[in-house]
Amino acid sequence: MALLEVKDLHVRFRTNDGEVRAVNGLSFSLEKGETLGLVGESGSGKSQAVLSILQLLADNGSFQGSIRFQGRELSTLDRKAMNRIRGNRIAMIFQDPMTALNGHLTVERQMTEVLEHHEGVKRREARRRAIEMLEAVQIPDAHKRIRRYPHEFSGGMRQRVMIAMALLCRPDLLIADEPTTALDVTVQAQILRLLRDLQQEFHMGILLITHDLGVVASLGDRVLVMYGGRTCEEAAVDELFRHPRHPYTRGLLGSVPRLDTPAGERLRAIPGNPPSLLALPPGCAFAPRCGERMAQCNEVQPAMREAAPGHGVACHLHGDGE
Amino acid sequence: MTEEIRGRSLWQDALARLKRNRAAVTALVLLALIVLLVTAGPWLSPWSLDEIDWDHISTPPSLETRHWFGTDSVGRDLFVRTLHGGRMSLMVGLVATAVSLVIGIAWGATAGYLGGRVDGFMMRVVDILYAMPFMFFVILLMVFFGRDILLIFVAIGAINWLDMARIVRGQTLALKQREFVEAAVACGLTAPRIIARHIVPNLLGVVAVYVTLTIPQVILVESFLSFLGLGVQEPATSWGALVNEGAQEMESAPWSLLFPAGFLAATLFCFNFIGDGLRDALDPRDR
Repeated sequence: MALLEVKDLHVRFRTNDGEVRAVNGLSFSLEKGETLGLVGESGSGKSQAVLSILQLLADNGSFQGSIRFQGRELSTLDRKAMNRIRGNRIAMIFQDPMTALNGHLTVERQMTEVLEHHEGVKRREARRRAIEMLEAVQIPDAHKRIRRYPHEFSGGMRQRVMIAMALLCRPDLLIADEPTTALDVTVQAQILRLLRDLQQEFHMGILLITHDLGVVASLGDRVLVMYGGRTCEEAAVDELFRHPRHPYTRGLLGSVPRLDTPAGERLRAIPGNPPSLLALPPGCAFAPRCGERMAQCNEVQPAMREAAPGHGVACHLHGDGE
Repeated sequence: MTEEIRGRSLWQDALARLKRNRAAVTALVLLALIVLLVTAGPWLSPWSLDEIDWDHISTPPSLETRHWFGTDSVGRDLFVRTLHGGRMSLMVGLVATAVSLVIGIAWGATAGYLGGRVDGFMMRVVDILYAMPFMFFVILLMVFFGRDILLIFVAIGAINWLDMARIVRGQTLALKQREFVEAAVACGLTAPRIIARHIVPNLLGVVAVYVTLTIPQVILVESFLSFLGLGVQEPATSWGALVNEGAQEMESAPWSLLFPAGFLAATLFCFNFIGDGLRDALDPRDR
């Protein structure tokens, strides 16, 4: 049984301009102890897909589809049942550690609150476990630092605090929404290594959302590339980096600056803009920007096909032996 | 050493900044003096609140007669009456503000946080109450239930919480969008817990500033009511009532107007300066 299984997920937002279709039939699964990277540009629907797992969509949003967590259907749970899972079995860390902590409470109070709420443990016990977890995320002098306020921590330290908070209840699934985007590159590497170590220690599944392929390369087991709210390619990390098949994936990989690029060569960007989610094209969402577009791309939406074992791609270039 | 470990909260930071604001500190000291005088002062004088000194009716201030602020037209000591009036005015200010604070924060934070239809309903209730003519409301209350100090507290508090609720709701709407609230939801915390622990502490800065502006406003409203003759009842008095009496004979006995009016103005100034200082100290820059 997969830890998390998402099937045919659709997310819609009602807006004044019409219905925004953020996610359109996304399916994926995640095993225990595995890291799945969700990669895509802004507006590819990766964040919204994950928010709907925890039912954290904005008020004007709604989702359809099946989300099974440890064999249990989440999409039909009421708020109370959902609150028992949030922060307890499924935890989330946010992009910006500067704003995700409450500046008026000490770190201790924010951490113990979660434990008291979910496990009903006493303050003293909660404090002990919070300190333990801060030590696990390598915060020096944890028993002293815990009494400080968030603004007295540096950005990297705050992200560590966020991670510690998320891990307090030993969740089975950790959702990391761009966990390193707001951090310095050097701190980024530390946090990624920390996440990898913690994953082994606690044996949890990680759903990693990012637009940075480098982050996926260092942390992910499998990658799912999203475009226009759909999957366009899914494969193991090594396989994807070595044999990218979808033109979009190739474009993404091509637009990453590399050390071995000859001096003076221009970085190749993917031309055009992401599609408007108000009116998606009937065919492949990437077709208007694709250099290898064929006639049917504009009309028929490509289905997901297995191009190699464990390597799925949704592109007419790789379908039906054409 | 322990201080080093504890960490400085945003409040402590603000306090440190407030201490550097000379106007606010002066106002704080002056206000503390006024409060001290008002609480302890009446015991210093040999006279009591409603004692009539038949030998000195409408006499100017004098150390000899021990009427330090003079006497009023019926021979009561103005020093004692001014301080007693101060007790009443400050008490009305504090109690009515506390009432408006509690109702306003609870109402506003709930409406703002829950949003949607609940918010719409709760804020329409506020709008409807807002539309009621306040003076008419108070006069009706006085006519029906007689003049009662408690009633003044309730009436003023009941009006002032409307402003508070609106301010708090607006702030809550903004706070709700902040990531730490989203993070709290993602941690599985329930709405009442989030409101109490995450929303309200973040509101207190704005609320504190507003409170320092509400207290003088309430004191003024009470003064106004007393001036109209709807406020406290004789022999109890307030600064407003004293100013009213003083104004009637300010040509023959200006001291009976000047002393209470001076105290009233000084207190209002103090609160306004403190509010100003607090606003600067709690500058909503995120740190």
